[in-house]
Amino acid sequence: MKQIDAKELDFRTLNERLRQATDDIEILNCCGQRFIGAGLSDRKILIRGTPGNALGAYLNGASLTVGGNVQDAVGDTMNAGKITVHGNIGDAAGYAMRGGTILVKGNAGYRAGIHMKAYQDKVPQMVIGGRAGSFLGEYQAGGVIVVLGLGEKQSRIVGNFPCTGMHGGKMFLRAACEDIAFPQQVTARRATDEDLREIQNILLEFCAVFSYDIAAILDAPFTVITPDTSNPYRQMYVVN
Amino acid sequence: MKPKEGQVRIPSGCAIAAVIARDGERMSGEGMIRAMEPMHDRSNGLGGGFAGYGIYPAYKDFYALHLFFDSRDTRKTCEAFLKTGFEIWHAERIPTRKIPAITDEPIIWRYFVAPLQSVLADLQLDEKEFVVRTVMEINTRMKGAYVFSSGKNMGTFKAVGFPEDVGVYYRLEEYAGYSWTAHGRYPTNTPGWWGGAHPFSLLDYSVVHNGEISSYDANRRYIEMFGYQCTLQTDTEVITYMMDYLLRRQGLTLNETAGVIAAPFWETIDRKTDLKDKEKHLYLRTVFPGLLITGPFSIVLGFEGGLMALNDRLKLRSMVVGEKGDRVYIASEEAAIRRIEPDADNIWSPAGGEPVVIRVKEGAQI
Repeated sequence: MKQIDAKELDFRTLNERLRQATDDIEILNCCGQRFIGAGLSDRKILIRGTPGNALGAYLNGASLTVGGNVQDAVGDTMNAGKITVHGNIGDAAGYAMRGGTILVKGNAGYRAGIHMKAYQDKVPQMVIGGRAGSFLGEYQAGGVIVVLGLGEKQSRIVGNFPCTGMHGGKMFLRAACEDIAFPQQVTARRATDEDLREIQNILLEFCAVFSYDIAAILDAPFTVITPDTSNPYRQMYVVN
Repeated sequence: MKPKEGQVRIPSGCAIAAVIARDGERMSGEGMIRAMEPMHDRSNGLGGGFAGYGIYPAYKDFYALHLFFDSRDTRKTCEAFLKTGFEIWHAERIPTRKIPAITDEPIIWRYFVAPLQSVLADLQLDEKEFVVRTVMEINTRMKGAYVFSSGKNMGTFKAVGFPEDVGVYYRLEEYAGYSWTAHGRYPTNTPGWWGGAHPFSLLDYSVVHNGEISSYDANRRYIEMFGYQCTLQTDTEVITYMMDYLLRRQGLTLNETAGVIAAPFWETIDRKTDLKDKEKHLYLRTVFPGLLITGPFSIVLGFEGGLMALNDRLKLRSMVVGEKGDRVYIASEEAAIRRIEPDADNIWSPAGGEPVVIRVKEGAQI
């Protein structure tokens, strides 16, 4: 694995060097450089430090791993590949992603999975190990969002207004969710074993990456949320 | 002639950062300059600025007025006007450093002043109200003069340029303060003039802001009823006056003020189980509907002895908080905090509408 010291490098130079490289790369001393790995279709990139916004935007198959926290708009419109975050993830994670996987050990900010979509064999997946902020899955149109709330003492594992405008895809929350107000156009129900089989592979991967025990994770109620097609989304901000 | 702030409206991305030492220890302004470096691309070179608190200990009992002038004559006229209401204890040019990145500078002075007691008695005004009225008078009536800082033992420094350059220009490494705020501007509504850079300040309140509020006109019309004049068409100016109105004139607490400007949705209030809290929010939304700010914002309010960070209730802008020992850091991006404190711990993102108030500990010298 080749190393690039990102200290003193601006985002253009750093990304240019990433594009030119043919090996897997470890970035050292990363501090705020944007668009890392944008559009990359192969290679593994390991990032030490704090990458800037839009990490892995348009990612097309490469694998990005971050040792700590990441900022906003990670995986914006990503198409394929994997982003693994060992810390927390900022706002608008997986913005409009249409393929690939985002695994987060810690918490997510606001609007995780906003406008995720899916098409034929392209089904994006995002697993958040901790809790998620408000507007989780806003305008979700496809794909799968899982929030596990691991290590959370409080019962609320998501903020306010989850699934606002959701009209496709699925969300799994590892909680009974009795105190969460979902919008009228979605259906929230207790997940069955059959439902959970759908996310078994991604949970196994999450457990392998972050060293969790799958049995312990599954030893809790899950709620599955899907859009209710007979009662479509009408308004949040204005009536139209 | 190039258009100035207030003359043109161009339908803001921005960067903010702040630090406070809870033990009151004074830090040079250099840290904030470095914090802005990783967020360089959030600004476009049309404005940068800083506010430092505790930087004028030798003159801490005087209001420190920072002014831009377009000519020597304007300065003379303005000084004559100031002398009618204030004792000018000390006056000087604000020291700057000539650098290629900062050009077209106005004449920049500071005055350490005390209102004349006889004038206050005559007008039946308290000191702070008199200072506010003087600032409004100069900024609206005196062409070519602009007061951009008016608090005690604090100062705002701003210019057209990238924030890192603005900090070097004002020699901020020579100041020491217990708290600092910083701003990099990407103006979207106005052409970008020195006066329009952030922070905006009035008395010891200063505001740095990332966002673009859609309630600007509603807020402006409301606040103008109470003698505040918005001259620059920039939304941050109105936020600053709203802070002064709610905190100083209405005597609200910081948390209550946050409950007015970033009021929870009615639906969220309805669902509150803490009845006292619910009643408080009902009251604040009902009494001050004209001061609700809508649209994206993340702001840091500086005041004597502390900072308050606040996001809009939908959280349409980013903001993170981190700590290390007695220092607390706030920034648009975590990278800014990591640049000056790589080992910062407890990095977290406050929820939308949730104020984060940090004060210097009781007993600490500021």
